[in-house]
Amino acid sequence: MTERPLLPELLRANGISRRGFMKYCAALTSALALPPALAPKIAWALENAARPSVIWLSFQECTGCTESITRSAAPTIEDLIFNAVSLDYHHTLMAASGTAAEEARLAAMEANYGKYLLVVDGSIPVDNPAYSCIAGISNLEMLKETAAGAAAIVAVGTCAAFGGIPHANPNPTGAVAVGDIITDKPIINVPGCPPIPIVMTSVLAHYLTFGLPDLDELGRPKAFYGETIHDRCYRRPFYDKGLFAEGFDDEGARAGWCLYKLGCKGPTTKSVCATVKWNDGTSFPIQSGHPCLGCTEPNFWDNGGFYKPLSTPAGDYRRVGLAAAAAGAALGVAGGLMGRANKARAARAHEAVDAHDLEKKS
Amino acid sequence: MTNPNFDLLMWARTTGFDIALAIMVGGILLRVVEIVVLGRKKDLARPKGNPVAQGLKTIFTRSLPRKGMVKEAPVTYVGGYLFHIGFAVAFLFLGAHIALITDLTGLGWPEANKALIETAAAVAVVALIALAWTRFSNPVRRMLTTFDDWLVWTLSILPLVTGYIAVNKLFGDGTLMMAIHMLSAEALMVAFPFTKLMHAVTFAMARYYNGSIQGRKGAES
Ligand code: SF4
Ligand code: SF4
Repeated sequence: MTERPLLPELLRANGISRRGFMKYCAALTSALALPPALAPKIAWALENAARPSVIWLSFQECTGCTESITRSAAPTIEDLIFNAVSLDYHHTLMAASGTAAEEARLAAMEANYGKYLLVVDGSIPVDNPAYSCIAGISNLEMLKETAAGAAAIVAVGTCAAFGGIPHANPNPTGAVAVGDIITDKPIINVPGCPPIPIVMTSVLAHYLTFGLPDLDELGRPKAFYGETIHDRCYRRPFYDKGLFAEGFDDEGARAGWCLYKLGCKGPTTKSVCATVKWNDGTSFPIQSGHPCLGCTEPNFWDNGGFYKPLSTPAGDYRRVGLAAAAAGAALGVAGGLMGRANKARAARAHEAVDAHDLEKKS
Repeated sequence: MTNPNFDLLMWARTTGFDIALAIMVGGILLRVVEIVVLGRKKDLARPKGNPVAQGLKTIFTRSLPRKGMVKEAPVTYVGGYLFHIGFAVAFLFLGAHIALITDLTGLGWPEANKALIETAAAVAVVALIALAWTRFSNPVRRMLTTFDDWLVWTLSILPLVTGYIAVNKLFGDGTLMMAIHMLSAEALMVAFPFTKLMHAVTFAMARYYNGSIQGRKGAES
């Protein structure tokens, strides 16, 4: 492990004042839905806590998650938070490569066995391990080996949390999520394609300060995945008024009306995009005029089409409907003809009966 | 890892909808075509009036109560109107429903706001409860009410109630509630051709038929 300067030193070197740092900690505290009085505790933990070793594994992924977290307008405090941990292995970010890199991973594992934090981005192919290997080691094997000594796992991005794009139908590599393989370790899922940087850093801050955050049934921190986009969307008044954009450049789109009819998945998507936003709170997809794709939810890629409204059928129902109409009509003709035949038979079998016959019979 | 609520919603949007649509469309055609093919014996008598005009007129005039009937059975009439109007407004003017209708038919029209839709839905629900009460409290009506009627009543009230819960997130997971709402509408679609719900299609045929018989005889219908 290389020794790095501690956070306070880094903050100073980057011209970030103590006040700026405390403000940031207050933002983290509120993002985590914690009482404001805990901000100093977070600050203290970030500055002084023993820097836990972090091993970051990247599997079937596009590096979008790493990009999101590390390439925010540099140098932000988010970047520097990484310095509150000791990032011992991240094959995109580390200088070492090849055997040396793998050795760094093994050394970090050995030195911090049972204590390190494992961060994973990307899904794991299980159909054929050879689909994705690092230094000749399959993703599956590397995950199992590294997870064995981890204190906890953070699955960053929808690929690691739920399978994501590699898992999308027809899932050619048999891609699965971390949680589908590792079942005996605490796993924090931080989905998003990619996740919002401050969500990621807040989860790390929470882990460093208070341990595991409160998770929902999909393993997501409740503080960030407790409400839907639709609950907090600034276009919601238009939804309630029944004012919808019907196209990307119509009058409604220009007036900023609700994007439901353009396929917005906000109502079924839990995330803080609408409040925390992206690029230091600048904007988020819906604000830029594009419907939410639902990227923090499992199988978001197979949700019937990004531009299909949630209330519309997602299958190929027209053929089914036409076949049913033809079958129904044919059965109707058959039923009608049978009824006619019955009627004719009854008419033929009709016998005239008079009162005398009835008397004889009774 | 999957989200069972989301999977249920997707099932309702794919397989569930396909099944419901096939049964509803196939069933309606089966019953309508059967009625038409069965036909009626030709009436050889010379018509005294205009059967077609009377038939068409009757389709509309029977939507109005007969003289004195509103007083006779106020809840049935007023409740009946309020339910039908409330249900129609809630179904036809909610944005999400119009999106569905546009997807199915290519047709579209302006959406109503949430307050109007919810008032309409609430009116329809209250009317349904009142109608159930008249059936329950009156011994004759209670006797005439079959399982089929209670089933249709339940299937009609469920989409209204589940829709309200889903839109307002009253309780439960929003995605799950949306899935349940869709499934409740699909249950209504499945039952449609085989219960009294079919009146929504056959009422016009039946009224036309009755009216045209009267018209033929030169009578007003
Ligand atoms: S979740 Fe999205 S951004 Fe992250 S690795 Fe997967 S595809 Fe890339
Ligand atoms: S744009 Fe999407 S999230 Fe926003 S109100 Fe409309 S449907 Fe909801």
